[in-house]
Amino acid sequence: MGKLTIGCFSSLIGSMSLDFAVKLAGAAIEKGHKVDFWVSGNGTMLSIKAQRPFKDYSFLEKPVKELVAKGMQITACEACAEARGYHKEETMEGFKRHSMDWYLASTFDADRVLHIGGE
Amino acid sequence: MATVKLGFIVQRPPYKSENPKLALTHAIASQSVEMYLNDGDLVTADLAFVGDGVLNCLKNQKAMDKYGLTSTESHIKSALMLDLSVMVCKEDLERFGLSEDDVVLDAEEFGADMVTKVVPYSEIAKMMEDSNHLLFF
Repeated sequence: MGKLTIGCFSSLIGSMSLDFAVKLAGAAIEKGHKVDFWVSGNGTMLSIKAQRPFKDYSFLEKPVKELVAKGMQITACEACAEARGYHKEETMEGFKRHSMDWYLASTFDADRVLHIGGE
Repeated sequence: MATVKLGFIVQRPPYKSENPKLALTHAIASQSVEMYLNDGDLVTADLAFVGDGVLNCLKNQKAMDKYGLTSTESHIKSALMLDLSVMVCKEDLERFGLSEDDVVLDAEEFGADMVTKVVPYSEIAKMMEDSNHLLFF
């Protein structure tokens, strides 16, 4: 089985790119692949805990937690999060926070890198 | 020991979005990636500006004066100082009526030996072919 590294820079609300990326990660894990997931820029919005589900807005906390439980590694850019006021204590359980070199290191042994830019 | 080559392709204009700055900061982060890897393993980053992205390379940006923000120009100089390869598409510069004289070519003030290369698109295409993974910003 392979390893997929996904980088997504789009926001949780205002774009469907994160929804797509999380669904793709789920499909890869279901097939037995390893997935590393990096969020940076506005994508760090995904890392905030206690998201409230509304039918009109993307809500990804539940699927992300399920994928983390299945072995997905998910990491937010610490500087991008802090710049937006998303602090460590507000970070969803299972989400790591690192500097950008974590993403680049993840590409080292990835079979595929899917980079989804921001808005 | 192995090296993975990443190609960072910047195609968005500066300041309209965060993308070009994130391309530069992520590429610069290749300098500290070794701490996650085994001895001798490397991840390298090559930067190329194409399309509207060539506007990121204009000289004399005033982001710090006007917005109190580090300019894209300054990030490009940091990349040169760290010996990253920086390429700018010649044809796309010409499309804007610009030339090599208009872009950030060096970072001599930081002691950088590396210089920005204004190259035909064919050279950027070659870099992309040689890269293990491409990241479009």
